[in-house]
Amino acid sequence: MTTQLLIAGFGGQGVLFAGKFIAYKGLMEEREVSWLPSYGPEMRGGTANCSIILSDEPVGSPIVSNPDVLIAMNLPSLDKYEDATVAGGSIFIDSTLIGRKVEREDVKAFYIPATKMANDAGIPTLANMIMMGKMIKETNLVRFDDVIDTLKKIVSAKRANLLDANIKALEAGYNYAE
Amino acid sequence: MAEKVLMKGNEAIAEAAIKAGCRHYFGYPITPQTEIAAYMAKRMPKIGGTFLQAESEVSAINMVYGVAGAGFRVMTSSSSPGVSLKQEGISYIAGADLPALIVNVQRGGPGLGGIQPSQSDYFQATKGGGHGEYHLIVLAPASVQEMADLTIKAFDLADQYHVPTMLLADGTMGQMMEPVELPDTPPAEVEKPWAVRGTEGKRPHNIINSLYLDPELLEKTNFERFERYAKIEENECMSESFMMEDAEYCVVAFGIAARVAKNAVVAARKAGLKVGLIRPITLWPFPKKVLAEAAEQVKGFLSVELSMGQMIEDIKLATACKKPVELCCRTGGMIPTPEQVLESIEKLAKENQ
Amino acid sequence: MVVFEKPKALTDAPFHYCPGCTHGIIHRLVAEAIDELGIEGKTVGVAPVGCAVMAYNYFACDMVEAAHGRAPAIATGLKRCMPENIIFTYQGDGDLASIGMAETVHSASRNENITIIFVNNAIYGMTGGQMAPTSLPGQVTQTSPYGRDVETAGYPVKVSEMLSTLDGPEYIERVAVNSVKNVKAAKKAIKKAFQNQIEGKGFSLIEVVSTCPTNWGMTPSNALKWLEENMLPYYPLGVYKDRSAAKKEEE
Repeated sequence: MTTQLLIAGFGGQGVLFAGKFIAYKGLMEEREVSWLPSYGPEMRGGTANCSIILSDEPVGSPIVSNPDVLIAMNLPSLDKYEDATVAGGSIFIDSTLIGRKVEREDVKAFYIPATKMANDAGIPTLANMIMMGKMIKETNLVRFDDVIDTLKKIVSAKRANLLDANIKALEAGYNYAE
Repeated sequence: MAEKVLMKGNEAIAEAAIKAGCRHYFGYPITPQTEIAAYMAKRMPKIGGTFLQAESEVSAINMVYGVAGAGFRVMTSSSSPGVSLKQEGISYIAGADLPALIVNVQRGGPGLGGIQPSQSDYFQATKGGGHGEYHLIVLAPASVQEMADLTIKAFDLADQYHVPTMLLADGTMGQMMEPVELPDTPPAEVEKPWAVRGTEGKRPHNIINSLYLDPELLEKTNFERFERYAKIEENECMSESFMMEDAEYCVVAFGIAARVAKNAVVAARKAGLKVGLIRPITLWPFPKKVLAEAAEQVKGFLSVELSMGQMIEDIKLATACKKPVELCCRTGGMIPTPEQVLESIEKLAKENQ
Repeated sequence: MVVFEKPKALTDAPFHYCPGCTHGIIHRLVAEAIDELGIEGKTVGVAPVGCAVMAYNYFACDMVEAAHGRAPAIATGLKRCMPENIIFTYQGDGDLASIGMAETVHSASRNENITIIFVNNAIYGMTGGQMAPTSLPGQVTQTSPYGRDVETAGYPVKVSEMLSTLDGPEYIERVAVNSVKNVKAAKKAIKKAFQNQIEGKGFSLIEVVSTCPTNWGMTPSNALKWLEENMLPYYPLGVYKDRSAAKKEEE
């Protein structure tokens, strides 16, 4: 079983970090994983996306052009990747930043006001992890346990104070009901 | 072996180099390999090593030349335009028969080109690159694990054969993260009696040099070097064969292109086509034998490259053009999709039944 | 009684330099300094591209032959991996002040703990007498046949003056080898440049104003006269930077 995940949004939304979380979680569940960022001069404010593949076999191409799961964190990302998503796939939408609905009928669409939820909860930089929580809930791509162990791998010791906030965000997403 | 960690390809190169006993790194920032320099800047001061951001690629490679002459494991890394600047120094290092590692995380060219992945420095890497006649051992990793493993291998081969080695990666390999296991075993100590570390008054002076004003002597030196190259070609070719046992068509690709091609081969098999993949791991020496054998078996080859077609020439040479060799490529920083490769496989099969 | 003896830090290989060339003197001064400081066994020298390209055959210590202009980068590599060894470069004006200017300036600004012997004879010798970055205004060479025209070829580079504006380097001095008195002063400066390295003080560069009778088209004695009358006014001798001395004075 191979799942191709594409997380797309603005630079600065934590797209790469969210992808790293999923990849590391997959690794800790002893699956084959790859993580590939778009790279370039746009560190903040430009477009950013990240391909993650989780598989039971060695990963072939690490480039995801037709995602099974799309996380769209802004409108340009939805516009760009909606049609590329495979039939029967899932699209997760930050509905605070994206006003429109998914037009395709052959994919499952989930709408989460992640940016508003993050602001309301006082964790404005963690809409990305709210989206991950919801995605895990709906796809079971990885297990929703021991997330703290995974977070500890990717949050630097200097920022250990952010561990709780990340867990709070993941749980908020996981428990969010539309 | 230690625990598996998720690492960027560039970081895996850096940490593997340290594991291989490299304590001296000289470089100059350029996308998409800067993580190597950043990693070394962080780690080297803590383990008594050298990290130095040189004033140019030209200086960096000459600092490498100095350390290599002193007989210590040393490396530099850059991306295509920067590697062009290093060619002078690489030629001198090859001419002085010194071991050193040069990493090229390729980007699109020519000129300033772009910053997206490419394999268009294949000719430069495998045919020499600088002036004069010489070879680098060129290793082409296709996973983050191989970025680490082949870095260590590159240091060992460099010491064994007194040649500079090149790790030829690309922007994708440098930027992607995959699980990596790094070895815990320390590198074997290699005697380097030719190194310049001071005579201590105990021996005649050593000279690190590539100048031979006497043409007979220069010819002799080149002959001797090419005898060593012949040994390398005999002993050190590496490649991976995938689904080749009963293959009627053979895809040839290295690095990231091989990853994409593998998907296409699997898809082609599902569609009933007997296709296999040969992935050269050493680009020089090129795995000629494996390809020559394949030419006896298959009806045609497909070279998949992130360039306008460079390795395809080596495939044609290795197979003595016995079977058709077609090209499937993107360039300028673009990467072929598995669908594009599959289409090319189907076309190859149709035209060579 | 020993009247004259070859320094131990020189090999027995006969010099290939032209009659009247001052490289021989400068080699000897470097070798004497190495002998007197007793550092030959741990010294590694870096030879340039230029007339001194085969200096690696003449110095008895371990030697590296550099690409044109890159000696300070190679010396940097050597010193960084062997901080206890003594590393020097021996470079001409084309090598150090033209093609290798970046390596020169940045090794100075990093205060690399190395010693540079810079031989300035205002011409490219090995290739047969072309204009150097230090050729004087009006100087006739193969590539400035009507005299160096500063309008098109620019002005000579005053290396010692320029490097002394940097915060990095420890010691910069310009000397000449045109008279017994100046040769003695040159010896003292070269020895100090090595001593500085032994003491870990950092980058020392000695610019040695010298002659090239062959390519200047003069007899050796006329060349010495030309040096005095033309080069020394443009390249005044003296200590341009001595950080330790300056520090002492402040105290």
